[in-house]
Amino acid sequence: MINRALWIIMLVAGLTAPFFAYPVFVMDLLCFALFACAFNLLLGYVGLLSFGHAAFFGGAAYIAGHVIKVWGFSPLLGILTGAAFAMVLGAIFGYLAIRRQGIYFAMITLALAQIIYFMALQLPFTGGENGLQGIPRGNLLGFIDLNNSLTMYYFVFAIFLVGFCIIHRTIHSPFGEVLQAIRENEARALSLGYDVDRFKLQAFVISATMAGLAGATKAVVFQFAALTSAHWQTSGEVILMTLVGGLGTVFGPVVGALLVGSLSHELGSFGSWVQVILGVIFVVCVLTFRRGIVGELERLTRKR
Amino acid sequence: MAQALLGLNVGVFYAMLSLGLAVIFGLLNIINFAHGAMYMLGAFIALIGYTLLDQWFGISLQIGFWASLIVAPALVGLLGIILERTMLKRLYELDHIYGLLLTFGITLILQGLFSNYFNVSGTPYPGQPEILAGVVNLGFMYFPTYRLFAIIFSLVVCFATWYVIEHTRLGSRLRAGVENPSLTQAFGLNVPLMITLTFGFGCALAGLAGVLAAPIYSVSPLMGADLIIVVFAVVVIGGMGSIMGAIVTGLVLGMVEGLTKVIYPPAASTVIFFLMVLVLLFRPAGLFGKEK
Repeated sequence: MINRALWIIMLVAGLTAPFFAYPVFVMDLLCFALFACAFNLLLGYVGLLSFGHAAFFGGAAYIAGHVIKVWGFSPLLGILTGAAFAMVLGAIFGYLAIRRQGIYFAMITLALAQIIYFMALQLPFTGGENGLQGIPRGNLLGFIDLNNSLTMYYFVFAIFLVGFCIIHRTIHSPFGEVLQAIRENEARALSLGYDVDRFKLQAFVISATMAGLAGATKAVVFQFAALTSAHWQTSGEVILMTLVGGLGTVFGPVVGALLVGSLSHELGSFGSWVQVILGVIFVVCVLTFRRGIVGELERLTRKR
Repeated sequence: MAQALLGLNVGVFYAMLSLGLAVIFGLLNIINFAHGAMYMLGAFIALIGYTLLDQWFGISLQIGFWASLIVAPALVGLLGIILERTMLKRLYELDHIYGLLLTFGITLILQGLFSNYFNVSGTPYPGQPEILAGVVNLGFMYFPTYRLFAIIFSLVVCFATWYVIEHTRLGSRLRAGVENPSLTQAFGLNVPLMITLTFGFGCALAGLAGVLAAPIYSVSPLMGADLIIVVFAVVVIGGMGSIMGAIVTGLVLGMVEGLTKVIYPPAASTVIFFLMVLVLLFRPAGLFGKEK
């Protein structure tokens, strides 16, 4: 019920948004929404807390930016290259991290992501602290001019929808059912004969790829791959978005990303207070509001 | 050799921080993400005590370096106790990740608050005591006296902690509490109180490390932010099993980092993470950890 309503709201709002909001801002929110959905696939549906998702988000942004700017790739191909890079990176990180569980898993992904951060800071092509600047938006399929912010917007919205549908499909497939079984009771899933580690790894790779897709798209939107997108605080922000919206709900991360993203935008003039406020929201969510907005909504509608 | 000694200087901070994390983790099963912020807080309390107290409150009271070594850990430990009593306590029955997320939120708050009042680029701590100025001749090199003091002082603290936990009655009670809280409680020991005090003690260790670091590094709101992730890697490499593991791994990895700075500087900031990958491949439970 509520999911169908949210589908309709999302589609209508997504299609009309550029007419009453600043398109670049909405595109930014969409990228973060996709990023949060990708993250939620892991934490919400497999129970794996990755604290290193910024590596995929930021890493893909740099790769996409580089191949578009220096190698002259078309924007779509560049974004796909970025996502493919995140996929490979996700396979490596996942392979290493699933050796340990729980909080260790979180710490390992965080530490691995820090390698990518330092690479983004030090490698010759990344522009160090200034980031990779001047990425051309170019033409989609050779004839659609992406410098027009309206066409760019619909391109980004399409990418968001594709990514969202892939994640939606993953969750609602037999594969997704196994993932949730692992989340609920890993030992039992193992004893039922499922190769738990393989399922975890596959989920990790899908999630990393989608996070990369979001990051690469963001780089094209802003024509800029920023060092902050690879920093661990970005990993923290995406956790917050997912938590606020609702862990383990399909639309929660989207709602959370829109809310947290708009909030940080609105509060931008307060400087470091933004961090304090985000921190307070974090603490409040963890202590009292663990289901998140969509989670609470679902609970309310189910009661009736 | 000289670099190894400078590396040891970093190593003692790693050791103190991962020791605090290990102690907290042992009893609460919570990774204290705010540990880096506690370290930062310790350094700031020393700085504020030395320079800003009279400016802010109009009292001519200056907390010197030696007093800071006591005041700062006490205050940070107190904050830890308050946090444990008011917030962390509610999360014990839940998945461990909620503890991590809560302390992450606290980190954001602390970092944000200090970024508002202090420059992110850092302020030097002027209160290094006179006795510790200058250098000492160690035979093979001249070494800053203060750094030597910091190394020795931290080592003493680390090994005292190890001794208390492994070889005293108090320590055996703590370990019993880790092993089986409900049984320990049935024997009449106040486990919740032990948990609270241990959390406070772990935080105090981080605060103490912060005071010791203040005269060496500049005091900045972000000084704990990147350090904490290195310490996490140290913890993964060492394996959370033993107190000694946390201390030894911290010291050794500090030296490894120091040596990398000489041999191949660009890798210095990542070498610990690469070591972590190697350890994970061949010994997933960590060097000192027990296989479950």
